[in-house]
Amino acid sequence: MSFGRPWLAWLWLLGFVAAPLVMLGVVALSVPADGIPPFRPAVSMEGLEGLADPLFLDGLIGSLRISLTTSMLCLLIGYPMTLGIVRSKRPAFWLGLLLVPFWSGFLMRLTAWTLLLRELNVLHTELAMQIGMVSCYLPFLILPLQSRMAAADPLLAQAAADLGASPFRVFLHITLPHSLPGVVAGVVLVFVPVMGEYVIPELLGDPGAQTFGRMIWDAFFSERDWPLAASLSLALLVILVPPALLLRRR
Amino acid sequence: MTALALEAVVAGYGAGITVNGVDLVVHPGEIFCLLGGSGSGKTTLLRCIAGFLAPSSGRIVLDGRDVTRLAPHQRDVTTLFQSYALFPHMSVQDNIAFGLRRRRWKRADIACRLAEMLALVRLQGLGDRRISQLSGGQQQRVALARCLAPKPRLLLLDEPLSALDPELRAATRADLVATLRSQGTTALLVTHDRAEALAVADRIGLLQAGRLAQTGTPEALFERPSSRFVAGFLGDVVLLDATVRDSGILDLADGTAVEMASGQPAGSRVTLALRPERIRLEDGAGANRLAGEVTGLTYAGASIEVSVRLACGTTLTLVRPAELPRPSPGSSIWVGWDASAACVLTA
Repeated sequence: MSFGRPWLAWLWLLGFVAAPLVMLGVVALSVPADGIPPFRPAVSMEGLEGLADPLFLDGLIGSLRISLTTSMLCLLIGYPMTLGIVRSKRPAFWLGLLLVPFWSGFLMRLTAWTLLLRELNVLHTELAMQIGMVSCYLPFLILPLQSRMAAADPLLAQAAADLGASPFRVFLHITLPHSLPGVVAGVVLVFVPVMGEYVIPELLGDPGAQTFGRMIWDAFFSERDWPLAASLSLALLVILVPPALLLRRR
Repeated sequence: MTALALEAVVAGYGAGITVNGVDLVVHPGEIFCLLGGSGSGKTTLLRCIAGFLAPSSGRIVLDGRDVTRLAPHQRDVTTLFQSYALFPHMSVQDNIAFGLRRRRWKRADIACRLAEMLALVRLQGLGDRRISQLSGGQQQRVALARCLAPKPRLLLLDEPLSALDPELRAATRADLVATLRSQGTTALLVTHDRAEALAVADRIGLLQAGRLAQTGTPEALFERPSSRFVAGFLGDVVLLDATVRDSGILDLADGTAVEMASGQPAGSRVTLALRPERIRLEDGAGANRLAGEVTGLTYAGASIEVSVRLACGTTLTLVRPAELPRPSPGSSIWVGWDASAACVLTA
């Protein structure tokens, strides 16, 4: 790395990544207690053993399913959109439009969705939650994909056409393979945060449906079992390491 | 028989016209060179023939079929791009087979043609390599094989040697021509390099501001240019103002009479064009000789460059073998030429 002050980067990582992780580890090994904070430092497996509850497996599977569905829906909608944006005469304008909703607050946007979805009589259903997820996370797929597609050499597509490839074949053999790293980046950037998403299922989704994010929230704030909540958080972190590694493989 | 015919092609980008009425015929098996400076319209014309740009008017006929309105993939034309445009995510053989697969060749035929092409460009055994693992010269040969594999009716070459190191260029050029000849390929080559055009082409079309200034064999363009522009583009030239006296005599501006058939009526103002390579140093006066003064000598190893200022004020540089006696600077000399070495320009 050729940064002028690499120690600044290390300091940042230490303060904002390593330290919270260590704290999370300490809390996970503690035992619950009455008081503030509601735990007593110890070396106990109680919190981690709590993960064995089959309830959490259900929540994990539920969240994986939602993450997968959301990232695939985003890909299905976002890929053609990105292609259109990149091939349009004014890509910057369309990208700007895509980001306009982000200028209003996250909660405000979700409140708007609640009103709209209530009108349609689908509020607090899986469908409503999926609509919310896709609308919030679509740009996370489009932005990396767009930057990848925009970097494609237009001459390669011309060369393929020149050799007899129809527009569909040009897409299949040139455009699509070149865009794949952008697809991976986009899908991971949607998949990972959706796994831990708490607010959208809470405001739009079925109140009975369990997700990992909700379970962490409940453990922290309803049951006040911080060691269990910290263990759940660490478990989610471990689960999300492999998809995040996909991003580095380029 | 014509392989390619352009009929009054006009084309350009937006409101600008860069090709302004080009008529052109390329014969089967011929290597035709479109020569021109930047902005002359040569690349625009190439893009029209490949199908990447629709001409605003005119027709493009390929082997008797009007392809003017066809998309690039519907024309049986392939292009060797200046930067090769090889597919970086495919192996050498997948690059070469790309055109064959698009033409739905049978698997066995593709394998056979692939081996043939790899041998043709001397890349046997490198079929599985990635493009990035090849040298510049090898990449150029892969690009050539990729273009030739589907046996196109016409191969377009866009400055095919300009991406190579100068040391590699001459050898690659000879190699390229030999390959095209061995395959009987009809080729249209675009270049700004007159030496490349003269060496490679069966015929040259010289473009000037979107129009063909002259079309003909390299010899015809070099020896009998139709205008000052053509004469100057293809090599060094000495231009002398003259007036036609009668059918066989020209009067130069300084009053010297020279023998030269012009085909122009008496009294016409014309230009006498001489290639310095064809001008000799002489000891005394005579027919087709002009007086001058040696203004300098430049030693260039195998040859020596003699700068001469003529009595009329025109200066020229003659290249002579270094072993010949050298005139001394400041001495008066005569320059002379054979009537066949000169030509008369009216434009």
